[in-house]
Amino acid sequence: MSSRALPPNAAPALEMSAISASEKVDGFTRKSVRKAQRQRGCQGSSQFAASSSRPAAPEISALPQLKDASSTEQHELFMQKLQQCCVMFDFYDTVTDLKSKETKRATLSELVDYVSTNRGVLVEPVYPEITTMVSTNIFRTLPPSENPDFDPEEDEPTLEASWPHMQLVYEFFLRFLENPDFQPSTAKRYIDQKFVLQLLELFDTEDPREREFIKTVLHRIYGKFLGLRAFVRKQINNIFLRYIYETEHFNGVAELLEILGSIINGFALPLKAEHKQFLMKILIPMHTAKGLALFHAQLAYCVVQFIEKDPTLTEVVVRGLLKFWPKTCSQKEVMFLGEIEEILDVIEPTQFKKIQEPLFKQISKCVSSPHFQVAERALYYWNNEYILSLIEENNAKILPIMFGNLYRISKEHWNPTIVALVYNVLKTLMEMNSKLFDELTASYKCDRQREKKKEQEREELWRKLDELRLQETSAIQNNRHEIQFTYSNNNNNNNNLHDKDENPAAAITDRIESNTWAK
Amino acid sequence: MGTGTGGDDSLYPIAVLIDELRNEDVQLRLNSIKKLSTIALALGVERTRTELLPFLTDTIYDEDEVLLALAEQLGSFTVLVGGPEFVHCLLPPLESLATVEETVVRDKAVESLRKISQEHSPVDLEVHFVPLVKRLASGDWFTSRTSACGLFGVCYPRVSSTVKAEIRQHFRTLCSDDTPMVRRAASSKLGEFAKVLELDYVKSDIIPLFTALASDEQDSVRLLAVEAGVSIAALLPQEDLEDLVMPTLRQAAEDKSWRVRYMVADKFSELQKAVGPEITKNDLVPAFQNLLKDCEAEVRTAAANKVKGEVLPEDSRETIIMTHILPCVKELVSDTNQHVKSALASVIMGLSTILGKDNTVEHLLPLFLVQLKDEYPEVRLNIISNLDCVNEVIGIRQLSQSLLPAIVELAEDAKWRVRLAIIEYMPLLAGQLGVEFFDEKLNSLCMAWLIDHVYAIREAATCNLMKLVEKFGAEWAQNTIVPKVLGMANDSNYLHRMTTLFCINALSEVCGQEITTKHMLPVVLKMSTDQVANVRFNVARCLQKIGPVLDSSALQAEVKPVLEKLATDQDMDVKYFALEAISGMYLFNLPTYIFSETFSFSSILFFFFSFSLSP
Repeated sequence: MSSRALPPNAAPALEMSAISASEKVDGFTRKSVRKAQRQRGCQGSSQFAASSSRPAAPEISALPQLKDASSTEQHELFMQKLQQCCVMFDFYDTVTDLKSKETKRATLSELVDYVSTNRGVLVEPVYPEITTMVSTNIFRTLPPSENPDFDPEEDEPTLEASWPHMQLVYEFFLRFLENPDFQPSTAKRYIDQKFVLQLLELFDTEDPREREFIKTVLHRIYGKFLGLRAFVRKQINNIFLRYIYETEHFNGVAELLEILGSIINGFALPLKAEHKQFLMKILIPMHTAKGLALFHAQLAYCVVQFIEKDPTLTEVVVRGLLKFWPKTCSQKEVMFLGEIEEILDVIEPTQFKKIQEPLFKQISKCVSSPHFQVAERALYYWNNEYILSLIEENNAKILPIMFGNLYRISKEHWNPTIVALVYNVLKTLMEMNSKLFDELTASYKCDRQREKKKEQEREELWRKLDELRLQETSAIQNNRHEIQFTYSNNNNNNNNLHDKDENPAAAITDRIESNTWAK
Repeated sequence: MGTGTGGDDSLYPIAVLIDELRNEDVQLRLNSIKKLSTIALALGVERTRTELLPFLTDTIYDEDEVLLALAEQLGSFTVLVGGPEFVHCLLPPLESLATVEETVVRDKAVESLRKISQEHSPVDLEVHFVPLVKRLASGDWFTSRTSACGLFGVCYPRVSSTVKAEIRQHFRTLCSDDTPMVRRAASSKLGEFAKVLELDYVKSDIIPLFTALASDEQDSVRLLAVEAGVSIAALLPQEDLEDLVMPTLRQAAEDKSWRVRYMVADKFSELQKAVGPEITKNDLVPAFQNLLKDCEAEVRTAAANKVKGEVLPEDSRETIIMTHILPCVKELVSDTNQHVKSALASVIMGLSTILGKDNTVEHLLPLFLVQLKDEYPEVRLNIISNLDCVNEVIGIRQLSQSLLPAIVELAEDAKWRVRLAIIEYMPLLAGQLGVEFFDEKLNSLCMAWLIDHVYAIREAATCNLMKLVEKFGAEWAQNTIVPKVLGMANDSNYLHRMTTLFCINALSEVCGQEITTKHMLPVVLKMSTDQVANVRFNVARCLQKIGPVLDSSALQAEVKPVLEKLATDQDMDVKYFALEAISGMYLFNLPTYIFSETFSFSSILFFFFSFSLSP
């Protein structure tokens, strides 16, 4: 091949030396590369987004220090400073308003000091001012994520650009709530349902620093405002339901669960129906979420709290988890196994008996998982003294469930660690009940053959059912006669109706058949 | 098989079938549920009604996967229960399915319910279907209430006026439900429900609901109301729009949540259509300007897609765009967000047809040029892909100087998808830039793609050559591209040698018999002795492909011996494709080959099928 035929090859190759061949081939730049490209893009704020239509912030000038003012002037000055802090600045714009921004920062930090060190400053007129100031500064519609497929485990979160001010506002609000003079009865007029609702929406912020603050704030509010408790719980439910069934996106799930963990801790016994519903309709389905890894620890804590409160919930919880057991995601399966172990750690022996069969059928499947981490996690149960004692106590039931798969993978599993662990488990089981163990070993082959036979029978059944579909109409009618005849004891009362609907049935099969052939 | 006996005519008592539906293994349960119609058929219509359906209704606690399949099946079960007369038998299981947690299952159940609602007689609808809807609408848990929202619309038109009043009442209640999930469902069905209501009730019932939902505390509810607003506006007479819908829509366009504003921008064309030209001109244009300047890139992107303003009144369209839209567009060209720019680039060229030649040259051309130099390839690509619009108005020459660097850069982009995209526009570009410009500037690029690292690019490049020859003719092909393509047959890389074959496959027909026989065939035949088996079997495939273009003397004299030789190749695949070529071209007497000892099994199979298929 002459070089004349394809001249452009040489020239571009030199120009593009920066692009490696592999990159040219796969076209998917590595995550690290993409990340480096958007190193600047990790600051965002909807509130201060550059917008030409926005009026420029008025300049603010420093007021005298609170500590220098006389006690009579102090109150007035405090109010003025609160109002001053309602002025908002654009943090995207790093050049303008520098002086005013600094003034506001200093004022905020002075306010933080003021409410945390002084007594008697929280007189009634300051409550609305404080709430307004806090609302103005923190309540906003969160901006769209800079990174549409933001993966909280992999990617850097977008940080709030106005954090230098916002952090102080949150700190101030917390000191206000924690002040010994703080009167919930006065504050409840301002910190109301609407306020809490807006606060809850902020949990979706990508900035983990902000979520940490909101978490503490909400916790304080829940502790001090008894009248808002039911409302808070209901709204959290709504957020979770939206997360599970609608959007699968909410950044603050872990933080909300953390708060709930301590709320559940405080539930009175017997548990209200509302709380049980929350467990079954929200916490359990939450295990299906794609982002489970981000909040599984908190979720499992909540679930175990419930079981510790009321052991009779064990059965529904375990059955619920078994219903949502991951089918394809091995990482999730490992998490489920971890959670089950946490439950087993606190389980009552009577409750254990109720769930041992379905549970160990699942464990038996996990033990034989081709994914060695799943198998390994399940086999670790046998290192847990308490679980081992439960198994021992119920070995007559559990041993037959576990035996088949353990026996099989002891010969078949690809991973030597798993095989070694399985040998140990088999040995433990043998020591528990050597007689049953020997019986199971002896009948292993027969059982497999029986299973195979059953499988064949099933295939046969379906094959015949399918044939039935294709048979002539008259043949189907004959069959139906026989069905009716042979099993008439099941439905005697139907016999007299039988003749009547024969013809429609024929017509149906006709139609279905012609459909089948049409395809 | 359980209790079933009787040889070939085995019977299938419901117990056995139900055993299958209850199997411990989810996969098996799923398989049986997917064949539910077979089971129903085996049971007959009556036992399906009296035994199977009650069983299904009672045992709805299962994996969502199984429930989903069940919900879907039941939607087309009418014939299996005995036709429309008995269709209401399907309601109980579907009602339970419409209350489960999993959205996918619930939606499917609602879909099936909507489907079978049409099969109910008006009497059955009132006796069986409407009570179900009411039960769902007043269910305890939010799931049943959300499902109910989707069912009002399908039964409303066919029931008596008393029942209609009840349905309206239920819908009103759901619109102010306590849970946002239900309000979202109601909000999303508001438009659909409005369509089946009498106009008076639209005004008296729907408008207040619309206003309330559009100012809900949750932005997820408000944004769904925007869509409903479009449907409602289309239903109302022009004189009522200003009072009844516009205040709410104006407010939505300035909502504090960007999601709501995004929705307005996204539905802007539909909105214009629904409210008509007058309101559009006076009201929507200013709102649109704001959306183009929105502080969130998402909103700007959605708005940028709509700058052409298709629904603007004919007479004032040009002026409106020139005075109100264009200034914003100019700003968007240098937006900080790539998605905004790329959305704009995909529609900006369309403005030229509206604005005419002079305006395009004066105002738009500079913008095109800026976008052609944009740092993001997608922006450049979008401009290039819409060149035809501009070509009609001002001709492409104005752009060609800036076009070339842009094309070259895209052609060498590191991402193969970008390279692929630009290849697809090559025939279009070539047609508009003319053969001279092409030969001078672009031809070398087209040839370079043939030896790209990525197969998809080489493949697209091959196809591109074919389209170019269609445009420029066989003579052009013979002079410019055929020699280069054939030259690659001697390349040391077998992938490049194969590319020659692929090009010949694509080009033989458009180049015609003479070029194919004289120039291409000798190269192909020579490659039959290539040392790489992949090349050899592609020779066989190539010969089959170009066979129809060749004359029969060339076939007999030149192709036949080569294929015969390939048919005895030591490589199985080469043999297979050689024989396939031979049979495909009816060159030889086949049976003599079938029993030759070197035959592979696959070739025999192939022959078997080709015989049985040929008439």
